[in-house]
Amino acid sequence: MKPSLYYKTKKITINLLIQLFLLSVALTCLFPLLWMVSSSFKTQDTIFKDISLIPQEFHWENYYLAWKEGGFGRYFLNSVFYTATVVFSLVIVSSLAAYAFSRLRFPARNILFIMFIAAMMIPLPGSFVPLYVLLNKLHLRNTPLGYILCLVNVGLSTSIFLLKTFFDKMPPEVEDAARIDGCSKFGIWWHMALPLAKPVLAVVIVFNSLMVWNEYILALIIFDSRKYMPLQVALQTFWGEFITRYPLLMAGLTITVIPIILIYLFMQKYIIKGITEGAVV
Amino acid sequence: MRVKSVLENYLFILPAIIIFAIFYIIPFIWVFQLSFFDWDGILPTKTFVGLSNFREIAKDKDWWQAMRNAGYITLLALTFQNALAFLLALACDREIRLRNFYRVIFFIPPVLSEVVVGMVWRFLISDIDGANLINRALISLGLGNLARQWLSDPKFALTTVALIHCWKGFGWGFLIFLAGLQTIPRQLYEAARVDGADAWESFKKITIPLMTPVIVLVAILTVLGTMQVFVLIIALVGGEFAGHTSVPVLRILATMRGSSRFGYACSQGITFGLILVVISFIQYRFSKRARQIQG
Repeated sequence: MKPSLYYKTKKITINLLIQLFLLSVALTCLFPLLWMVSSSFKTQDTIFKDISLIPQEFHWENYYLAWKEGGFGRYFLNSVFYTATVVFSLVIVSSLAAYAFSRLRFPARNILFIMFIAAMMIPLPGSFVPLYVLLNKLHLRNTPLGYILCLVNVGLSTSIFLLKTFFDKMPPEVEDAARIDGCSKFGIWWHMALPLAKPVLAVVIVFNSLMVWNEYILALIIFDSRKYMPLQVALQTFWGEFITRYPLLMAGLTITVIPIILIYLFMQKYIIKGITEGAVV
Repeated sequence: MRVKSVLENYLFILPAIIIFAIFYIIPFIWVFQLSFFDWDGILPTKTFVGLSNFREIAKDKDWWQAMRNAGYITLLALTFQNALAFLLALACDREIRLRNFYRVIFFIPPVLSEVVVGMVWRFLISDIDGANLINRALISLGLGNLARQWLSDPKFALTTVALIHCWKGFGWGFLIFLAGLQTIPRQLYEAARVDGADAWESFKKITIPLMTPVIVLVAILTVLGTMQVFVLIIALVGGEFAGHTSVPVLRILATMRGSSRFGYACSQGITFGLILVVISFIQYRFSKRARQIQG
């Protein structure tokens, strides 16, 4: 009786300690965000006095002011626009290429594919310097199109790689049947390959959405005009100008974070899949 | 017919190739070309200067200061951040309650942007108006002597940046470690227990050797990611803070935008890229050697 009781208490104590450790780290992760949301409902006068996590009164008007006066409405829509167009273009461009690299025959196929993969591996810090020069020459600097094309390029290699790996594993019988039915190559890509690739496309979409939504440095060097700026760069200029209006700033940050948290919570299955499959080869 | 078919096949990769050629290959070539020139980015004339940009880097004290700073952040990330990630992964690899809850929570900081993370933390620990919540908490816990000007004291700014970088990054290492741990067959641990091994021994003899490739991978990715950190620093401190928080990419940005020296910025980029490649290669070789000795 005694030794089993000893082991039982030992096990419970260990589990309790582990829970305590995990819980404290989880709180450390959450607290800054909860504090941000909480502060976004306070006023400039109470933000440093009212140090309760749940504010005494909720000032919803901060969100209205940030959206209208602070211009976050515009920046938010810009970010949504960039994310949607970049991700949509990436899905089309990378799935076309990945399908060809996996299934179609043409000269220099392997060399071209290796080139994309090499680009994925070579670190190129400061690549924004020549990009800036290039966009200037093409008169694409300070235009949404220039920014979108740059970001499509950023996501291209990884998306092609992920999709090609999937297409390689796809059984060829599916396509043979379609070909016999008289489907063209583009028809097979559109009607067969894309629908089958849905799980991988989800990974591609989620990762690239996060990438575009969180992108900062290219937006910083490409845009001079405020009207084109996405949220991340706008926040930076906002910090300088609205230093005395913390609640508005916190409301702006919350507006920026909400879509990311939503995507993350709904699509976490794909995020975890992408991270673990991409990393643990 | 056959030629037509091949041409049709090329149509599939054409959009990708065009974008890649314009926005990757051309800039890639230009970085190397420009690094041999002195150019302000505006004038049509560039002056060829040979290798003198690279010679300048060798003597550039600001540059090596930035490298040291990034190295310091990386060292903290390699040890503190990855040790934390590994411990949490070990804890979540057990049969434990709320496991999935933790897994969801720990990966929230990595999905946030560096701008958001930097600003939220800057707000939490700013020195303005007695707003510093962390200091207040420390004082109320009787640890007032730990309270400090986290970001505006040159002595601590870099460490503060590094710690917040770890806060943002550990969840990512955690996920990879956990995925690795879950591939280890449970029977191995059971067999070890039957043979009389205690928890520490089976950790040393089973977990560590089988996890070595994953640990090396995380280490390489941590170095590559952390050495190139800079947006977080802009959001937290506003920039290089007179060199106290300068890192290589911030240097490149300052060379390009501040001093308008595009050629020099490119040679800094090449130097830095080469250093990163060499470091990853050494880490990789080192891990291969370690595995050979083990096996």
